Amino acid sequence: MSGPEETHKAGPEETHGAQAPQGPVPPVGDGDGNLPARLGEERLAEPVIRSGMFGVQTTGDTSGYGRLRVHKVPPIESPRPYGSYFDEVADALGSALEAAGVGFSDAIERVVADRGELTFYVRRERLPEVAAKFRDDPALRFELCGGVSGVHYLEDTGRELHAVYHLLSITHNRRVRLEVSAPDADPHIPSLVGVYPTCNWHERETWDFFGIIFDGHPALTRIEMPDDWKGHPQRKDYPLGGIPVEYRGAKIPPPEERRNYA
Amino acid sequence: MTSSMPHAPAGASDADDEAAEGRVYTVSGEDWDEIIAAANEARDFESGERLVVNMGPQHPSTHGVLRLVLTLEGETVAEVRAAIGYLHTGIEKNMEYRTWTQGVTFCTRADYLMPIFNEVVYCLAVERLLGIEDRVPERAQIIRVLLMELNRAASHLAGIGPMGFELGATTIFLQALRLRERMLDLFELITGLRMNHAYIRPGGVVQDLPPGALEAIRAFLDSAPKLVHDLRTLIDANPVFIGRTKGVAYLDLAGCMALGVTGPMLRSAGLPWDLRKSQPYCGYETYDFDVPVVDTCDAYGRYLVRIGEIEESLKIVRQCVDRLASRGSVGSETDPVMIRDAKIGWPAQLSLGPDGLGPSPEHIAHIMGQSMEALIHHFKLITEGFRVPAGQAYAAVESARGELGAHVVSDGGTRPYRVHFRDPSFTNLQSVAALCEGGMVADIIPAIASIDPVMGGVDR
Repeated sequence: MSGPEETHKAGPEETHGAQAPQGPVPPVGDGDGNLPARLGEERLAEPVIRSGMFGVQTTGDTSGYGRLRVHKVPPIESPRPYGSYFDEVADALGSALEAAGVGFSDAIERVVADRGELTFYVRRERLPEVAAKFRDDPALRFELCGGVSGVHYLEDTGRELHAVYHLLSITHNRRVRLEVSAPDADPHIPSLVGVYPTCNWHERETWDFFGIIFDGHPALTRIEMPDDWKGHPQRKDYPLGGIPVEYRGAKIPPPEERRNYA
Repeated sequence: MTSSMPHAPAGASDADDEAAEGRVYTVSGEDWDEIIAAANEARDFESGERLVVNMGPQHPSTHGVLRLVLTLEGETVAEVRAAIGYLHTGIEKNMEYRTWTQGVTFCTRADYLMPIFNEVVYCLAVERLLGIEDRVPERAQIIRVLLMELNRAASHLAGIGPMGFELGATTIFLQALRLRERMLDLFELITGLRMNHAYIRPGGVVQDLPPGALEAIRAFLDSAPKLVHDLRTLIDANPVFIGRTKGVAYLDLAGCMALGVTGPMLRSAGLPWDLRKSQPYCGYETYDFDVPVVDTCDAYGRYLVRIGEIEESLKIVRQCVDRLASRGSVGSETDPVMIRDAKIGWPAQLSLGPDGLGPSPEHIAHIMGQSMEALIHHFKLITEGFRVPAGQAYAAVESARGELGAHVVSDGGTRPYRVHFRDPSFTNLQSVAALCEGGMVADIIPAIASIDPVMGGVDR
């Protein structure tokens, strides 16, 4: 699991800085300048998240996929217009925040409209404020919170832990997603129990599984795991565990140690 | 790695014996006199008159391994705290180590009384990530709706029956489960299993309906409404049932909104919110059905909503059967049940051979003798699985218990990066304190039964 970090810089670097010159006529014969875009080229600047094909790190890999490097997908940011009702929601949020004396970009890092879903990446210190606007503003009215879903992005350095909130507006029949991140070193996110009381158990669950500390939660204790459990099992650096199983004379390793097709 | 959180290997450390406050009595049956005497003694000698009673996790009225810690003042409930986690099985974590298709096998086990909904919501989320929502064959969508509605009715019966049982009515229990048994027979006929079906797959369903399925469902539909009607005549005006449920476990609309409560509980508070109507999926907008709503906000109202939904579900099932019947023969090549995409759709149809269940001989002949392409696709799909473009999606369905959501994250690989289920049982169970505190201790039983939590879904 620690392999990809070292191999990142080892790859050939010639694709870097190979932008087409911004002149009126591209210079003929300049090899790199006139090549068609390669699939996944935008990912090359991102860190490698997987290498090889089957999880084999030794020389025993004869698959020919040993040098495969899969880069992280760069964070996407959607430009206006977002389409559907998304622009209305963003405008309403902007004016609601402005009325409260907060700039849109002070509270929202970026907006993503992807696959028919709208996501606001909220700066964590602004989360309760933004959530209250989503709940109370007449143009937003997201009355129902679908709880918290934690995600542990191990490669997203500095913002590993994400808390994802799915809000639902019954008044306008709309959905929106709020996403907040916190680094592993400082896993604090403000609690939303004051805004959406339904987050109570959901935040306890996310603390239990990911170790995100929700500041201001009335009783942030474990909910699914036993009270004296060590570690947070849904994190990516927490092993799944398991023992090999024998079946008809063959030994099948636990899922974690099986060959995987990355 | 970058983590700063120390992680011990999986496994709990030994718990220190906690020093409990006050005196602790261990009740093991047949010693109630002692307990009553002790309670009286506690009342006399200790300053407080509150008695802390542990209810569960092995309590027949808690619908599974739910543990409630009750603080009682006489017969009045002063405080209820729910302790959950006794059925946590790590379904979400396990799904991160299996292919997208294998994930269905895991998530179907979450809320074991409504497995079809778990499967459908997961598959809808994966299909959204894949961008193939519009390409799922219509026949597969009809079969999904058919099974979901059968499942909704079966799940409600498993909620109503035990509710009656807990209030002392064995007949309600037996009648409800007798009817549910017929539905489970249909599930077994169609999917091969009574529960944990793993029948819905990303891109469609795993197998077309078997021969004779439509006739069996028709025969069921001929007798089922009568049985539901019998159940209604047994319960609707039953003075004991009404006495135990009317005005009990009150939760109004504002409470439902704050606590995120959805489903029959929300519709018993007067709000006709049903995702099948407001945000249709799987073609629900083309079916004719009503959404039962009452505004009593109590346990009796929730029963009325559930029994009404059973009747509506049977109506939808009938429409599904008619549609399937009008589409011609079962298993037709022109009317597939799995997406026609060689890189996503599971290629083989199962058939029963002399050596057990396996890919059909026609498929084997096709990949071994006719098409190298088909062989490659088959091999890739079955060993490696398909890849899902990086991103995240949230799909929600109106399950038997409320909004069941699946938040699915992909990093572009052959396995989910993260799957989270927003389970309605988990969210609705939070309201147990709001429902019970200030009421009588006996009302806890109908209150929990009216939430209808399933611990498999709560704990996942």
